[in-house]
Amino acid sequence: MKRSEPANLLTRRSVLAGLGAGFMLVSMPVRADDASVAEAIEAAFGDAPRTDGRIAMTLPPLAESGNTVPLTVSIESPMTEADSVKRVMIFANRNPRPLIATMAFGPKAAKAEFSTNIRLSGTQDVIAIAEMTDGTIYQAQVRVMVTVGACDTLKIRF
Amino acid sequence: MPNTRIRVPKTALKGDAVEIRAIIQHPMENGFRLNSQGTPIPVEIISEFVCTYDGGEVFRVTLEPGLSANPYFSFYLKATTSGPVDFWWKDQDGTITEASAHLEVV
Repeated sequence: MKRSEPANLLTRRSVLAGLGAGFMLVSMPVRADDASVAEAIEAAFGDAPRTDGRIAMTLPPLAESGNTVPLTVSIESPMTEADSVKRVMIFANRNPRPLIATMAFGPKAAKAEFSTNIRLSGTQDVIAIAEMTDGTIYQAQVRVMVTVGACDTLKIRF
Repeated sequence: MPNTRIRVPKTALKGDAVEIRAIIQHPMENGFRLNSQGTPIPVEIISEFVCTYDGGEVFRVTLEPGLSANPYFSFYLKATTSGPVDFWWKDQDGTITEASAHLEVV
């Protein structure tokens, strides 16, 4: 006699597999890879050529917590009406969402410089891309070591 | 209404670059954290920040969840005339928080 397959789809095995998959989805936000970072940059700037230089990024080489990493970006620009910085975008190449923020300087800005605090999910590169009013695009990249990422939920408190 | 702290110097020399600092109290939930029941806390962020002075914009930011809780910015404005320096934050639900300080240019 042939053994019939159980009609109920909710077997012990499928329940365990489902739980496992659900747990993985919730607990581990997917980190960006190089392709998705390139895609995010292309969505913002198109495929215009990007040159290194003119951007000075200050980040700690080692950040103990990824929750607040101080970032200062300074761009060489006379900041006149004819020649200024149109916008600056900050990307992190291994964060779940690569884009961190978009900054724009208005006509009342004295220099193209700002500071803020960013979140990093782990050791990775932070990329700043600046578009000037003449359309040229500059890029800078800095590596940051992160001890505890912003996305890690620790079981213990310290 | 969230707390804000802004730092604008009382006086400045004409033509000087004046450092401005602004911070707003906000959790900036990134959507990846779990509550005590194990369900994800939805994204809740400030989405825009603008600083204006003397009829023009100084600095504008489009914020993403990649910025830290209590988003902080420091930047420089060019002192031209005495007047208010206005700060404006908008969260993802459209709630607007404003702050203002007077800058005396001598």
